[in-house]
Amino acid sequence: MQNSGPDDISSTEEQEKWLADALALVQHHAFYMHRALDSCNLRDALKYSAQMLGELRTSKLSPQKYYELYMKTFDELRMLEVFFKEETKRGCTTAHLYELVQHAGNILPRLYLLCTVGSVYIKSKDAPAKEVLKDLVEMCRGIQNPIRGLFLRSYLSQISKDKLPDAASEFEGEGGTVVDAVEFVLQNFTEMNKLWVRMQHQGPAREKEKREKERSELRDLVGKNLHLLSQLEGVDLDLYRDMVLPRVLEQVVNCKDELAQYYLMDCIIQVFPDEYHLQTLDTLLGACPQLQPTVDVKTILSQLMERLSNYAASTPQVLADFLQVEAFSKLSEAVVKVIEVQPDMPLVGAVSLHVALLTFTLRVHVDRLDYVDQVLGACVKKLEGVGKVKDNKATKQIIALLTAPLEKYNNIVTVLSLTNYPKVMEHLDYGTNKVMAVVIIQNIMKNGTFIMEADKVEALCELLKEIIQDSDGSPALDELDEEDFMEEQNLVARLVQMLTNDDNSEMFKILQTVRKYFLKGGPKRLGYTLPSLVFSALKLVRLLQQQDESSGEDGVTFPQKVFQFLLQTVEALSVVPAPELALRLYLQCAEAANNCDLEPIAYEFFTQAFVLYEEEIADSKAQVTAIHLIIGTLQRMHVFGVENRDTLTHKATGYSAKLLKKPDQCRAVYACSHLFWVVDGRVQDGERVLLCLKRALRIANAAQQMASVTKGSGGTLTLFVEILNKYLYYFEHGNQHITNSVIQGLIELIVTEMQSDNTTQDPMVDSFFASTLRYIRFQKQKGDGVAERYASIEL
Amino acid sequence: MSTSRKGSMMKTPDIQRRKVLTIGSFKLGICHGHQVIPWGDLDSLDMLQRQLDVDILITGHTHQFKAYKHEGGVIINPGFGTGAYSSITYNVNPSFVLTDIDGLRLVVYVYELIGGEVKVDKIDFKKAQPVG
Repeated sequence: MQNSGPDDISSTEEQEKWLADALALVQHHAFYMHRALDSCNLRDALKYSAQMLGELRTSKLSPQKYYELYMKTFDELRMLEVFFKEETKRGCTTAHLYELVQHAGNILPRLYLLCTVGSVYIKSKDAPAKEVLKDLVEMCRGIQNPIRGLFLRSYLSQISKDKLPDAASEFEGEGGTVVDAVEFVLQNFTEMNKLWVRMQHQGPAREKEKREKERSELRDLVGKNLHLLSQLEGVDLDLYRDMVLPRVLEQVVNCKDELAQYYLMDCIIQVFPDEYHLQTLDTLLGACPQLQPTVDVKTILSQLMERLSNYAASTPQVLADFLQVEAFSKLSEAVVKVIEVQPDMPLVGAVSLHVALLTFTLRVHVDRLDYVDQVLGACVKKLEGVGKVKDNKATKQIIALLTAPLEKYNNIVTVLSLTNYPKVMEHLDYGTNKVMAVVIIQNIMKNGTFIMEADKVEALCELLKEIIQDSDGSPALDELDEEDFMEEQNLVARLVQMLTNDDNSEMFKILQTVRKYFLKGGPKRLGYTLPSLVFSALKLVRLLQQQDESSGEDGVTFPQKVFQFLLQTVEALSVVPAPELALRLYLQCAEAANNCDLEPIAYEFFTQAFVLYEEEIADSKAQVTAIHLIIGTLQRMHVFGVENRDTLTHKATGYSAKLLKKPDQCRAVYACSHLFWVVDGRVQDGERVLLCLKRALRIANAAQQMASVTKGSGGTLTLFVEILNKYLYYFEHGNQHITNSVIQGLIELIVTEMQSDNTTQDPMVDSFFASTLRYIRFQKQKGDGVAERYASIEL
Repeated sequence: MSTSRKGSMMKTPDIQRRKVLTIGSFKLGICHGHQVIPWGDLDSLDMLQRQLDVDILITGHTHQFKAYKHEGGVIINPGFGTGAYSSITYNVNPSFVLTDIDGLRLVVYVYELIGGEVKVDKIDFKKAQPVG
């Protein structure tokens, strides 16, 4: 690589070599300098130190390498400083020293030496600190090369930082005041920034990136000055506001350099206390629009808001100050302005600004829902015309915007009062909207939030409408993942539990509102969502029953209204279609009507159940389950008069006998026997019980014979043993028509059949029969007259 | 071993199923119970117990905890874990049951949530020595 100019920086290898060379030379000169120090030879010490410092005049090194060289010489200069101090004790005045070092040939070494002596001078207090400092900071103007100048002034800063005339320091008073100290630092800072900015314009345009990288490496040298200012004891809020901030901002704005402006604004925000920022918001925010258009102002603003948010969160006492300085309105105006001034700002940037503002608002003004709504509204305005947001990053920010109030308030009812909230949510694309809806429901469930008013329920349903119903533009349901869909709809079903009110009328309004939305869900959703609603309504019915609400208008009582609602709701399942589910629900409703003593309504539900059974349930297995449910429910009914009961019982037994498989028929028929026995609903028709059981026995026989014919050997006797047990049941419960001889007869029949070659051996049947006989034996030994009843049964 | 119920309103389960397990010296039978009519009737459940020839019958459907000890064995309805609505039982208390089997001894621990507090009860059952 050719070295084509003094300021050209070349490859790493060459850099390494030059640095090594320079360090060696520094070492060399330092050696002689030390010899001179040891022999108290001031003249030689000055001579060799000047030579050593001459190495810093190089233009060849990159900032990183120059730094290494600088650090080496820095260490050596410390020793020199000690020597200077000793010299003053040996008679040489600091003033004289100060003058002597100015004889050094080249300006850079001269200035380093001057600063070093200056340090001793100030420490000795032979001259006021402020005057020495002023002198030094001005003299450094002699170095206009950016890198050399920055390091020189950095040296000045380093050696002087513990000698500033700060408040309550030893240098205060004669040496000056904190204002002088601030003045000194500000000047040094200003000059350093100018040098730093100048670097941007050196060298060819094509190396711009490289220069910016190098500038980046040096930025802390400039930033340290601000840090220093923040450390000064004497810099209170007033001094900061009146002197420090305006001067710093002046330099920041005037330098018109993008890199510097961004870095320094960030520095100011990080380095000075939040309390100061709060009190100087106007000034600070006022500078933002004055910055170069390419500066990432939104990040700066976001950082500021974040800091202030954290400040508010950690120090609740200052919230009053936030209100007093009207921080919220200032910040929201600043956000608006920044967005206006940068029309090319990408959407993600604009939204994230609003997220930062919202976070701030939630921390500082948590009870001001109007502020929160205002921030959301500003974002809605920005999103106008955008439609569904497609950019991933912007979408994430929108979700952050929606999640923040949710997690802060942990109460969906509060969030629902934010009028702009649904408007923001509308801008989410279909998939993301559903994800957000799920997040909302999970938040409700986790916090156990009850939504108790019908209009709030309505607002919630509107918010969640993408998962409750299909909308234009949503993909077809078949494309959705089956499991995800199921989970999502189950979540909606669970949500119903949270929509409740102790006031029955309000509760009914809620149910009607929810159903209005659910019915728009279409066949795929109803099977998941309606059952939950039905049970919610059944709970209401139970409450009404317990409170004995029999008042009503137009001759229709409140419970009756709810049953109408229930009937319609279960009917709606026909579009799915879900006959088995609907049948179960009808039976649940029938039982509820039974408990309310509403005979016609209970009858209607049974009718609907039977209609479903007849017309929709064709699968034999399903029929067996369904008929048992019908029988079981019917057995519990006490509300029916003789006629209705007879009709329904007749139907049930009829269908039982018509089941496809004989064993199923048998079992269903003997189950029906309980329909003639009932007990608390009365009936207890012993004769018809026996008739029923005999019918079951006939079917069992037929089954036995059929098995003989089709399989070659007889089927198992399990049905007979089951019927025997039924006989025993009724015998126990006092059915006079079930006599010992009836029982005896069946026992003998079973025994005979068991011994027959025709019968298939089945250990289960054997043990069943054995335990049945065991039971009879046990009963024979019981007291209370039980034994007597069983006495005549012989085994 | 813990027992709890899964609701029957969930998608088409095969509720016809019954299962018989042997744990230690005990035979357990598990059955949903909706086919044993009248529902919750202990004598009818007794019959099922004899039919399955089990020492312990675990059943459900009524959402109410019941434990019934008789000479033939124990019938347990663990109730319903979530306290969900039941047309049969008013005010369902969420409950579940843990069964501990040790040799010929069976202990049933019942956990019920009543009025916000968890109440625990236990039932002891000793099986008669099997006849040689």
